[in-house]
Amino acid sequence: MKLITAVIKPHKVDDVKEALKAVGVHGMTVDEVKGFGRQGGHTEVYRGAEYTIDLLPKVRIEAVVDDTDAEGVAEAIVEAARTGKIGDGKVWIIDVGTLVRIRTGERGSDAL
Amino acid sequence: MALDSGNTAWMLIATALVLFMTPGLAFFYGGMVRAKNVLGMLMQNFFAMGLLAVLWVLLAFTLAFGAFGNGGLIGNFDYLGFKHVGAQVIELGTNSPWMTSPLALTIPFILFAAYQMTFAIITPALITGATADRLKFGAYATFIAIWLILVYAPVAHWVFGGGWLAKLGALDFAGGAVVHINAGAAALALAILLGKRRGWPKEGMHPHSLPWTLIGTGILWFGWAGFNAGSALAADGVAAQAILNTFVAASAAMLGWVLAEWLKEGKPTTLGAASGAVAGLVAITPCAGYVGSLAAIGIGFAAGIICLLAIQLKFRFGYDDSLDVVGVHLVGGLTGALLLGFFAEKAVNPAGADGVFFGGGFTLLGHQAVASLSVLAFSLVVSLALAKVIDLVIGLRVSREDEYAGLDLSQHAETAYNFGDVASMGRIG
Repeated sequence: MKLITAVIKPHKVDDVKEALKAVGVHGMTVDEVKGFGRQGGHTEVYRGAEYTIDLLPKVRIEAVVDDTDAEGVAEAIVEAARTGKIGDGKVWIIDVGTLVRIRTGERGSDAL
Repeated sequence: MALDSGNTAWMLIATALVLFMTPGLAFFYGGMVRAKNVLGMLMQNFFAMGLLAVLWVLLAFTLAFGAFGNGGLIGNFDYLGFKHVGAQVIELGTNSPWMTSPLALTIPFILFAAYQMTFAIITPALITGATADRLKFGAYATFIAIWLILVYAPVAHWVFGGGWLAKLGALDFAGGAVVHINAGAAALALAILLGKRRGWPKEGMHPHSLPWTLIGTGILWFGWAGFNAGSALAADGVAAQAILNTFVAASAAMLGWVLAEWLKEGKPTTLGAASGAVAGLVAITPCAGYVGSLAAIGIGFAAGIICLLAIQLKFRFGYDDSLDVVGVHLVGGLTGALLLGFFAEKAVNPAGADGVFFGGGFTLLGHQAVASLSVLAFSLVVSLALAKVIDLVIGLRVSREDEYAGLDLSQHAETAYNFGDVASMGRIG
C-alpha cells in the first residue's frame, strides 16, 4: 500500500475530494496546515507596523491506497488541485508497511 | 437650587454610559493583544470596575472633591466614606476664596459623586494598553489602587474640584488633562519601567481579533456621549453641543487617520478607522462643551493625523507602548487641550472663554499649556516613583516563562478560546 499526501490550496479541497471519489478512493484525512514554499508569504500592516506573514494556510490531504492505484490517484489530485499559479502545492507517495481497520481487525488491502 | 428631574434623569443615564466605556475599552484593547493575553487584558479592565469603585467611595472622592473650590492641590476628608454624600441637592464651593459663584448642582449630590466615580474607574484602566502582555496582575492592582489616591484624586481636584488649575482659568470640559494626559503620562512611565515585550519590535505581535477591537470602539463611541455631554451636568444646550461635537470629532478623526494611512501605507485599515475614532474622542474631550461644530470637526481631523504620526514615536525612542496609549491618549489629550486655546468660544458656552481665533488673545492658550504640562509632569514623576517602589517590593513584570505562556494561563489559570473537543480535560478538584 501507499500513503499519498497532498498539500494544496484551501479552496481546492472540494475539487480534490470529488476527484478522489471519482477514482474510487474510499476515505481521506484532511488537516488545515500552514507552510511556505516558493510562493512565500504576504505582508500585513497594523498601525503602520508592517509584518511579513511567511506561513500561508494550506490543506493537507492524506489517503492510503493500493500500490497499483497510487500513480492514478496522485495524478487525479494533481489535475484537480492545479490552478497554474505559484503556490499550488505538492503531492508525494510513500510506502506503507501495515494497515489495520480498527473495527474488524482486517489487515492490508482488505482494510482499505 | 432645587432638584431638576430632567437633569437628574439625564445624569443617571450618563453615569451608566460612562461606566459602560470600561468594558468597551477592555474589548478595544483585548482584540489588539495576542490570543494568549486577551483574558489578562479583559481582567485588568473589569477588575478596575471592582477595585476603584470601592476606593472611590471610601477615600478617593473626598480627596478629589472635598474642600471644593479651595484653589489648592487636594481636597480634604469631609466626605470620607461618602459621609454627607446623599440625595440632597447642594452648592459646591460656597466657601471658595476665588469662585465668583458656587457650583449649584441641580442633581442629587450622590449622583454627582457616582458620575465622577465612573471617570475614576476608566482613567487608570486606560494605562493597561501600554503594559499589555507582561505586567503581573498583583502589581497592576496595587499600582492602580495607589495611583487613584496619589495621582488621580489630586489632579481631579486641581481641575474638576475647583483646585489651582481651575482657579488659574484653564478649561477642561470632560477630562482632556484629568483623564487622557494623566493616564497617558502614567502609561509612558510604566512602559519605560517595564521594558519591552520579549521579541518586540522584531516579532509579529499583531492583533488577534480586530472584530473585538471594533466592538470595543463602538461601545466607547456610544459611551463617550455620557462622558462628554454628561459633563454639562445638565440636560441643556451645552450638553447638546457637546454630544454633537463628540460624535463629529470622532468621525472627522477617523477620516483624518484613514486618509493619511491610505496615502502612507497604501491601504485603509479597520484598525486605523477604530484608532482614528478614539483619537478624535480623546481630543474633543476637553473641548466638547466649549467649541462650535466646525471647530469640533477641525479638532478631530487634526487629532486623527497627529495621533497617527505620534504612534511612530515609540519605534524611534524604543519604549514599548504596546497599544499606543501615549500616542493616542497623551498626544490626543494634549492636542485637544491646546487646540481649545484656539477654538474656545464664549458664544457656545458663556462659562468658557474665547480662544485665539475668537478674540481672546493667548491667555487661554497659556493656561491650557500650564495645565497640560503640570498634569503631564506630575503624573509622569509620581507614576515612575510608584512603579519603581512596587517593582522593588513585589516586582512588576511576569517571569520569562509566564510571559511566553501568556497572561491568561500564567496569571489567571484560564484560556480564552477553547474550540474543539480533542484536548482532554479531567477534573482533579
